[in-house]
Amino acid sequence: MKVRPRDFPREDSARASSAASILARDALPALLAALRTRGYQLVGPTLRDGAIAIDRIDGESDLPIGWTEEQDGGRYRLRRREDVAVFGYTVGPWSWKTFLVPPETKLVTAKRDAGGAFTVDAGLAEEPKYAFIGVRSCELRAIQVQDRVFLEGPYVDRGYRLRREAAFIVAVNCTQAAPTCFCVSMRTGPHHETGYDLVLTEIMEGQRHEFLVDAGTERGRELIDELALRPAMIADVEGAEAAIDRAVAQNGRKVVTDGMRELLYRSYEDPRWDDVAKRCMSCGNCTMVCPTCFCTTVEDAADLAGKEATRTRKWDSCHTLEFSYIHGGSLRPNARSRYRQWMTHKLATWIDQFGVAGCVGCGRCITWCPAGIDITEELAAIRRSEEARHGGH
Amino acid sequence: MESQLLESEQTSLADPMATRPFRVAKNQREIDGTHTIELRPADGDGFRFAPGQFTMMYAFGIGEVPISISGDPARAGTLEQTIRSVGAVSAALCKVRRDDTVGIRGPFGTPWPVVPAVGNDVMLIAGGIGLAPLRPAIYHLLRNRARYGKISILYGTRQPADILFRSELESWRGRFDLEVLVTVDSAGRDWRAPVGPVTTLIPRAAVREGIAMVCGPEIMMRFTVQTLLDRGFDADQIFLSMERNMKCGIGFCGHCQMGPAFVCKDGPVFAYPDIEKLMRVRGI
Repeated sequence: MKVRPRDFPREDSARASSAASILARDALPALLAALRTRGYQLVGPTLRDGAIAIDRIDGESDLPIGWTEEQDGGRYRLRRREDVAVFGYTVGPWSWKTFLVPPETKLVTAKRDAGGAFTVDAGLAEEPKYAFIGVRSCELRAIQVQDRVFLEGPYVDRGYRLRREAAFIVAVNCTQAAPTCFCVSMRTGPHHETGYDLVLTEIMEGQRHEFLVDAGTERGRELIDELALRPAMIADVEGAEAAIDRAVAQNGRKVVTDGMRELLYRSYEDPRWDDVAKRCMSCGNCTMVCPTCFCTTVEDAADLAGKEATRTRKWDSCHTLEFSYIHGGSLRPNARSRYRQWMTHKLATWIDQFGVAGCVGCGRCITWCPAGIDITEELAAIRRSEEARHGGH
Repeated sequence: MESQLLESEQTSLADPMATRPFRVAKNQREIDGTHTIELRPADGDGFRFAPGQFTMMYAFGIGEVPISISGDPARAGTLEQTIRSVGAVSAALCKVRRDDTVGIRGPFGTPWPVVPAVGNDVMLIAGGIGLAPLRPAIYHLLRNRARYGKISILYGTRQPADILFRSELESWRGRFDLEVLVTVDSAGRDWRAPVGPVTTLIPRAAVREGIAMVCGPEIMMRFTVQTLLDRGFDADQIFLSMERNMKCGIGFCGHCQMGPAFVCKDGPVFAYPDIEKLMRVRGI
């Protein structure tokens, strides 16, 4: 997937590019400061618990400068880079959904009077105003997938809408992919298309270390203007393109998406599900790290006096028995049916539900599966399995 | 009535996760472990629903469960829900007393096709507590009796003591414009009505074509659909009400998925062709 001309106008390499600017590496703190001045809480990548987490950050010094990761099925290690790239990692276990769909959200508080009647406080708390720093294309696509769940159905999730609309998105075009990545197959990256306020591309060539920066919104444009950046030259744009091309080449996994949905609809009884069930521990890691997984449960609690009760929404996983429980038992009683539900949802039923696949090719589920189960390999195996049965399709 | 039903279908709430307090007006024990609760909104405002819709019922501090509405849709402002005690929340709901408060969200979900059924014969087939979600449709059909053709109610349950809404079924059976057939899986010598699965009633019913509305355990619905198809009912004239785990009722929690369908918002009432393939997959 090449960066297309309409994204980066290519004319004479000595002339200024029409829209993009150049942010010097040492001006990055000024960009972050400008966002803080505008009242944004910065959220970005930072080292935590031996991984690159997405968390609240104060400034540039919290970013994982010079760090990257080693990722493969069931394996994640932090590694020092040989350079001082700011966005030289790929994706860690956390994603932006942690902030848009927090792992725990208080839904309501009910208060009961002496007569037993209760009143309900929906707790319309003020939502934080986040600036997301360093959102990769696969991740922005994941946010847009969740938009379809929480904003575009018959009902709107009020808290999600407030957090989402307020969020200022500083995207980065991916210049470091992992062996677990398959955004190219899913057509979700590594370069951004729409949906960001600002998009940066980190350019490191010899002693040069800069960011090509472009705005996607008016508020993004205002910020660029305020920072008084120099306009980008066509050579800068070409440097950025080359950096993104490296991420394309680094995509370590592939899936064939043609006919993927129909294949899975035909494959509910495929023996491969029995095979993966032997490896799947139903731990739910894949659902926790997945940037599009949106399932939740609600936990109820009451104080000892029985005067006050709360309802708290929490992330849930379709890999648990409780998830599909109705009186008498669980409808998905084994790992076979649960893994099949998860993967078929991601790659098939999601498309019917929301018009896009529920997988953005970020590879987190591969990395964080303790058994190293690889969704790309499982899909390929199901395809092979069908071809073996029918002598090819 | 049609426009009212359609409006009700499209109801959307400002904060759909905020439960609304309702006052208990009555708790009627129906059969062992099954109660019908009559509720009125504590805020005095109305409550409208379409037959087949459900609510999320909240027991203070214990939890929330999806329960089908079992009352008359024409009785605006009164909500009747029939609950079988099978878990902590439903057990608590079965124990509520007059003037207690419970929380309600909804109504949610798709209705029975009582509007498209106008001018047609209608067969309603229920198994066990599956009669409860069908009762609003029965009320609606009887209130608008002249607009429908023949109506048959077929009801099957385990044993005579499990017959839900028994006196109401008996009074309906006394009408000349309605057929009510009841069967049980097993009974003592004093039972003078049919014994056997509800599917055995289908060939005996006055209604032989038209629209079928079916609600009961999934296995019962599977056999019922097969019998209806064998008797010549059109697949797209058969409607089923499905049951799944639900935490939200509005398509956010993901629990009620059945293949591509969210039972909460695409159902609970489905036209059979929409879920035919899914019903054949175990553990979907």
